[in-house]
Amino acid sequence: MNTICRFNPSRRAFIRDAAAAIGAFTLGTRIPFGPARAQSGGPSPGSFDPNFFLQITSDNSVTLISKHFEMGQGVTTGLATLVAEELDADWSQMRFVFAPANAAIYNNLLVGPLQATGGSTSTAEAFTQMRQVGAAARAMFVAAAAANWHVPAAEVAVSKGVVSHGTNRATFGSLAAAAMQMAVPKNVTLKEPKDWRLIGTHVPRLDSVMKTTGEAVFAIDVRRPDMLTVVVRRPEVFGASVASFDATEAKKIDGVVEVQPLPNGVAVYATNTWAAIEGRKALHVTWDTTKAETRSTDQIFDAYRTLLGQPGLQAIKRGDASGALGKAAKIVDAEFTFPYLAHAPMEPLNCTMELSADGAEIWAGSQLQTIDQVVVAQVLGLKPEQVKINTLLAGGSFGRRGNPVGDWVAELSFASKAIAGRAPVHLVWTREDDIKGGFYRPMVLHRVRAGLTADGRISGWQHQLVSKSIFAGTPFESALVKNGLDPSSVEGVSDTDYAIDDFDVRQHNVTTPLPVLWWRSVGNSHTAFAMETMIDELAVLAGKDPVAFRLALLAHDPRDVAVLRLAADKSEWNNAPAGAGRGRGVAFHHSFGTRVAMVAEVAVDGQAIKVERIISVVDAGVPVNPDVIAAQIEGSIGFALSTVLRNQITLRDGVVQQSNFDDYEPTRMREMPKVEVHIVNSIDQPSGIGEPGLPPVAPAVGNAVAAATGKRLHRLPLGLTTLAG
Amino acid sequence: MVSLNVNGRDVDLEVSPKMPLLWALRDLVGLTGTKYGCGRALCGACTVHIDGQAARSCSIMVGDAVGKKITTIEAVSGPVADAVKSAWQKLDVVQCGYCQSGQIMSAITLLSGNKTPSNEDIDLGMEGNICRCGTYQRIRAAIHEAARALG
Repeated sequence: MNTICRFNPSRRAFIRDAAAAIGAFTLGTRIPFGPARAQSGGPSPGSFDPNFFLQITSDNSVTLISKHFEMGQGVTTGLATLVAEELDADWSQMRFVFAPANAAIYNNLLVGPLQATGGSTSTAEAFTQMRQVGAAARAMFVAAAAANWHVPAAEVAVSKGVVSHGTNRATFGSLAAAAMQMAVPKNVTLKEPKDWRLIGTHVPRLDSVMKTTGEAVFAIDVRRPDMLTVVVRRPEVFGASVASFDATEAKKIDGVVEVQPLPNGVAVYATNTWAAIEGRKALHVTWDTTKAETRSTDQIFDAYRTLLGQPGLQAIKRGDASGALGKAAKIVDAEFTFPYLAHAPMEPLNCTMELSADGAEIWAGSQLQTIDQVVVAQVLGLKPEQVKINTLLAGGSFGRRGNPVGDWVAELSFASKAIAGRAPVHLVWTREDDIKGGFYRPMVLHRVRAGLTADGRISGWQHQLVSKSIFAGTPFESALVKNGLDPSSVEGVSDTDYAIDDFDVRQHNVTTPLPVLWWRSVGNSHTAFAMETMIDELAVLAGKDPVAFRLALLAHDPRDVAVLRLAADKSEWNNAPAGAGRGRGVAFHHSFGTRVAMVAEVAVDGQAIKVERIISVVDAGVPVNPDVIAAQIEGSIGFALSTVLRNQITLRDGVVQQSNFDDYEPTRMREMPKVEVHIVNSIDQPSGIGEPGLPPVAPAVGNAVAAATGKRLHRLPLGLTTLAG
Repeated sequence: MVSLNVNGRDVDLEVSPKMPLLWALRDLVGLTGTKYGCGRALCGACTVHIDGQAARSCSIMVGDAVGKKITTIEAVSGPVADAVKSAWQKLDVVQCGYCQSGQIMSAITLLSGNKTPSNEDIDLGMEGNICRCGTYQRIRAAIHEAARALG
């Protein structure tokens, strides 16, 4: 979790970044578009073209060319904040566009070589780079102004987008042409935190206006001339394939143009979306299910349990857990179960492709551009650089748009190939396709055995997990999976901050044709619940206060302690009384470099749980955009609650039993608790924020339910079946 | 052929009267601000105004919209619409933003009929609009903010 500290850009990287800054305003006016050149292979020798992070135009706008895609996490505002801070731009002149696909230029410095948004890495990886871009650009504007006015550069000031010396004043726009002639600074000095005027303040989101007027263009809004919309009939069970199909009736639907078999189903092409959907309804397909997953959820969990008797893969071992448990005065034994979960972003998966003699062009909410390029190229027999990607706003992702095997762009490629690129193809998944389509958060089973000494300290902890590996079978496998062990299966347990001396964590991998994928917070989406429920249970069994019990186990990490203490203070943990049917629960989790503590207050009435309030404390390092951090915590709570209380994907004879927002219903307005977010004003390197708000929600609520009812719930959804209105 | 009045303009569409209004707006009229989310009136992403009232365009056939005034996010206007959009911007409600056209259209209907909605009124009025990003707390605050601004 300390990977953010490793990023220390080399001189070469810095020069490249600085060149990026200058290239943008080399263009001066808004004529040739930087990204288009980047797409075609990067800088040409001797030109200032390379720079691709910033464009300053004669209309005085400063446009961030965002290496990261925007799924709502606020990263475009965040990166623009970093650039504007060092450039001393006025916030009102900031804009953003998405960068083209080019892994060399837009590499994710924590993940790469790869152009990728994910793992809550964006702010951390770009924190220095984007400030360097801004600082380099500022130095060049200063140099240009100094030359114009015949004054020393050291005397030129820049403030809120205005360059000045004495009575001389100039805007960035008016200086852009001159600034592009200046030498790229060999080195820049970044501001001291005390001099920041944008970082740490509330700047309005750059995407608020476009998203409140209907002007925002998402991938699903892309329209190309003569475009055909495609929906695909996929099998009802995972691992089945098309045996035969009859398109006679489908082709009778007005607007249906073609029907073609694809490797994973049958595609219906139509002149509009409704015709494609109606055409698909009229299709007759028979399936070969000999290799399919045809078990039901209970059978799969039973198969998981049979693995617990085997040794499994050792994820971590400290001390002698077995010996310590043998000496323990009290033991807690628990089995935790977690269902498959669909991501269900509001904008269902979709993407558009045009083929030409030169290659392929796609329009998509592309999260892993480099992967998507490779996947498309493989299907179409192209080189990755022949795949041009136009990244668009994404209506959510939660991990689904960042698929290392690129299922959806592969499907798009096959659909284009099947009609030999005769028309642009716009592939759309319906909500039913989305809910039933797999690439779920894995089903997981935990078996935990933990002991307490007579004086209430932890004495031995054995932890087994069973799930399918997310990384196995993907391009990331060789780098991340060691001896069969996928770290994402056990993260949040194996790297727990709790000081547990005698600790033994084992992982069991299962195989099934059902595809799985990271889902907001990945392994932490289940491990935090198991850990924090166990810790709470042990605290109660030891007769200790749950906050104090945790603080003792975290004493070695001052940032952990500070976050948990602040949560206790803000929730008046020691004072607030609980009435009948009411309870409070605490949870703490450290993931993606970020520490989050939550105190949940619930009211339980029969089977109904009402989450009334959640007090949250977050330490994400330097809070670049505190309001975005607050929004991500609020949103994580809203997102998580549906899975804490209700959502699950279940199988009957291999068939997914859910299909839409009635039987896989997200949290609604009346269910949203009052959320308070307190942000630690840290000076440490920024860490993730898109995901770490999620893991503590379920255990905080579960622990509150236990406090209210005396009942420990060891599964998600919690199993008191409904949410109170 | 079906004739619709969309954003004050008459449009003639060569479609089956059974086509859902949502797809006619998005694929034929070219107004993509109205979103597809579920196709079954479960999520409200497709909310438009029909004769000034919020309605789920995914579940209304174009044939049933004939003779009515259809207004989409691109053209909704007036003091309430302005107050709602301003409040949304002031409080930075949006995250991914995909559901927000529908949220805003529902909020305008709510505030048009109730100048000072309580939290319970908001729960009821916004019940049909899902936000997967979980921006509900800010939507609630923005509706109160818009109500204040409207006096």
